[in-house]
Amino acid sequence: MTVAPEREDYDVVVIGAGPAGLATAATSAEAGLATLLLDENIGPGGQVFRAISSTPVTDRTQLGADYWVGADLVQSLRASSAEVIHRATVWSLDRNLDIAVSVGGASAFVKAKRVILATGALERPFPIPGWTLPGVMTAGAAQTMLKSSALVPDGRTVIAGQGPLLWLLAAQILRLGGRIDRILDTTERGNYFAALPHAFAFLTSPYFAKGLSMMREVKAKVQVVSGVTELSASGEGQLASVSYVAGGKRETIATDLLLLHQGVVPNVNLAMSAGVEHRWDDLQLCWSPVLDASGNSSVPGIAIAGDGAGIGGANAAVVRGRIAARAAVEALAPKAAAKLPAMATLRADLAKAERGRLFLDTLFRPAPQFRIPSGETIVCRCEEVTVKDVLDSVAIGATGPNQLKAYRRTGMGPCQGRLCGLTVTELMAQARGKTPQEIGYYRLRAPVKPITLAELAAVPKSESDVKAVVRG
Amino acid sequence: MSRNVDAIVIGGGIHGCSTTLHLCLAGLKPVLIEKDYAGRHASGVNAGGVRQLARHIPEIPLSIRSMGIWEKISELVDDDCSFESYGQVLVAEDEEELAACRTRVAELNGLGFTHEELIDAAELQRLVPAVADTCPGGVVSRRDGAANPAQTTTAFRRKAQQLGATVREGVAATNIRYINGLWHADVGSESFAAPVLVNAAGAWAGRIAAALGEPVPVETVAPMLMITSRVPHFIDPVVILRGRKLSFKQFKNGTVLIGGGHLATPYQDRNETVLDWKSLAISARTVFELFPVMRSATIVRAWAGIEAKMKDDIPVFGPSSRHKGLYHQFGFSLHGFQLGPGAGAVMAELIVNGGTQTRISDLGIDRFHPSTL
Repeated sequence: MTVAPEREDYDVVVIGAGPAGLATAATSAEAGLATLLLDENIGPGGQVFRAISSTPVTDRTQLGADYWVGADLVQSLRASSAEVIHRATVWSLDRNLDIAVSVGGASAFVKAKRVILATGALERPFPIPGWTLPGVMTAGAAQTMLKSSALVPDGRTVIAGQGPLLWLLAAQILRLGGRIDRILDTTERGNYFAALPHAFAFLTSPYFAKGLSMMREVKAKVQVVSGVTELSASGEGQLASVSYVAGGKRETIATDLLLLHQGVVPNVNLAMSAGVEHRWDDLQLCWSPVLDASGNSSVPGIAIAGDGAGIGGANAAVVRGRIAARAAVEALAPKAAAKLPAMATLRADLAKAERGRLFLDTLFRPAPQFRIPSGETIVCRCEEVTVKDVLDSVAIGATGPNQLKAYRRTGMGPCQGRLCGLTVTELMAQARGKTPQEIGYYRLRAPVKPITLAELAAVPKSESDVKAVVRG
Repeated sequence: MSRNVDAIVIGGGIHGCSTTLHLCLAGLKPVLIEKDYAGRHASGVNAGGVRQLARHIPEIPLSIRSMGIWEKISELVDDDCSFESYGQVLVAEDEEELAACRTRVAELNGLGFTHEELIDAAELQRLVPAVADTCPGGVVSRRDGAANPAQTTTAFRRKAQQLGATVREGVAATNIRYINGLWHADVGSESFAAPVLVNAAGAWAGRIAAALGEPVPVETVAPMLMITSRVPHFIDPVVILRGRKLSFKQFKNGTVLIGGGHLATPYQDRNETVLDWKSLAISARTVFELFPVMRSATIVRAWAGIEAKMKDDIPVFGPSSRHKGLYHQFGFSLHGFQLGPGAGAVMAELIVNGGTQTRISDLGIDRFHPSTL
């Protein structure tokens, strides 16, 4: 059942019920703050712990112990006094901390003293030739189906790309009896050397042993081609084959399903639309919000926790959530903060959780040719804009993503740039010989998720209108 | 050392870009200084209405002059600016509103203006079949239409540059001063000097005018717009309402732009606006009532552009009342886009010839400051 928020004003509104949001809301509510947790999914967990309360995959070894950590977080949230609303789409947040949220087809407005964004990550665009064909999907989408419905591929399946999630997904598909014909690993050979200086921290991090055993498990059952330097999908209206180059040799294989993944990046749309300052992260190759040590952003009252604050993984997300919640408690109810773990303890926990991240970021830094496509490859799916279209516009004076809108409408479709934004920034930066920071990003505006005209038309009238009616 | 040019134009909106282009066409070498980029604010993000309909009488001559340029816009800027001309229709929702329309058209006709035409319910239904059939008529201006504002402003900037204008984007003009018969302005580490300075700085123009001793009653506003997902083609002209704040336009790609002048809160110094969703909801309700076909469309984006609004809702246009060589071109009060091409042409005539055939006498800054020159 979906219901509107109980109140108009809250101490803390947390947006997103993944690892960070669950920890944030539980901590904030336990400390006695009036806390509202808004989440878009049908149940808690976000992406990492998706369907944690409802998954049909009950054999705990299949999804792995890391997944089931989510159950404890949900437990503590449920034990707290936080108000939790699922299927709630926050479509506007501004610097006055006014929030517009759609629940069950009706929109409501709430106001917060503090907003903590835990909107997590998105998969990085993977714009290869043919990536828009039916039959090509992201690994994340495949994992969503796996976790919520135990659905795994049974046709000819190729997984291409790199990063921890790719191996995790492959292992999960295999454990559930799904089919994978080949894995095409696009990790650049040079990255192994670049990552080497950070290897010690990684070897002593929790990622190492788990990652290694997972890769072994997958490699025992699937042919893995490493050093893939070119990749394209083709077919007439439907994926038919995947073509790749590895070690200078081209090969084409027939396939029904291609799963693409090259890491995740912060989901910045809501934060950016609220005016939060972001900067280009040269290591993670994405936009990250400018935050202080407690997660506070450039907009007073808005903090960001979890992967939306910069990719750090689920363990770091939980700690970042507790830090942001503690900072909110210190500001709004200082006495209650004494009951929470000390900030120094939390920061030490965070350092531990982030151990090994530098190694992963360096190793899995996606290769330029998979981030910055060329020729007729589509960049913007909503408006079907190709690389060539973008470059032609640059040649006649488009200087950045916002100016490009005037020429090509890139980023103006329903996805609001989620599927093209990073590609457009890096492509224009390369074409103009500038840094991505200099080129900038789309100015994002609400609604960050579309709402129907009918729903907007039905929102409660302004307070003065309501009062006029009451008096009348 | 200042670099000498023929004119310094401050502000890269449609007006500054158009004036710069027309100065180039007259053989001058101007510099255009824009603190962000051309079309960053109102000129790039307005509704794109190319409208003579329902204008204040003092600006109608300028609007008509502009319309002639719009109809040949490709010849001027080598870009069609996505200009299309399916007319603009003002809808009267009841008999009382229609009576007001009748009076207005008669008044214009008396002044010799014929672009506005009274229409009955049948003609309204023919032009806008989707409108609720309870509307008794309205006014049409058949040559009106719409263009893509960012594309247009960009095209004017580009053409001006091709014709020899110097363009500086991303740095504000500072330290504007008049020394020994020349206007000077600094742009970062550069400095320009010219006998002519055009203040076309939009929402920032009031500050420049005030700093030069000509304060005017102007405020910064940010009219909101929203755009929908694609819906099947159902309407050609731009529609505005007589009684309620609404403007409505469907693009070729099916998306529908909804505007009408509800205001966001501008944060001018941060280049930001905060939208007022409760006011946008009023627009949504109006569309919901008038165009049932739109009810299931989704709103994909809303925004607002920062601009200047004069107390009397008509622009400040023409020479300064205090300083030689200074010209003002701002305060277009939510309806400046269509005027841009014509205003640039007229401004260039004022600068180069010292006068113009287009009647602009009611738009001068001296309506606030009786001339002292």
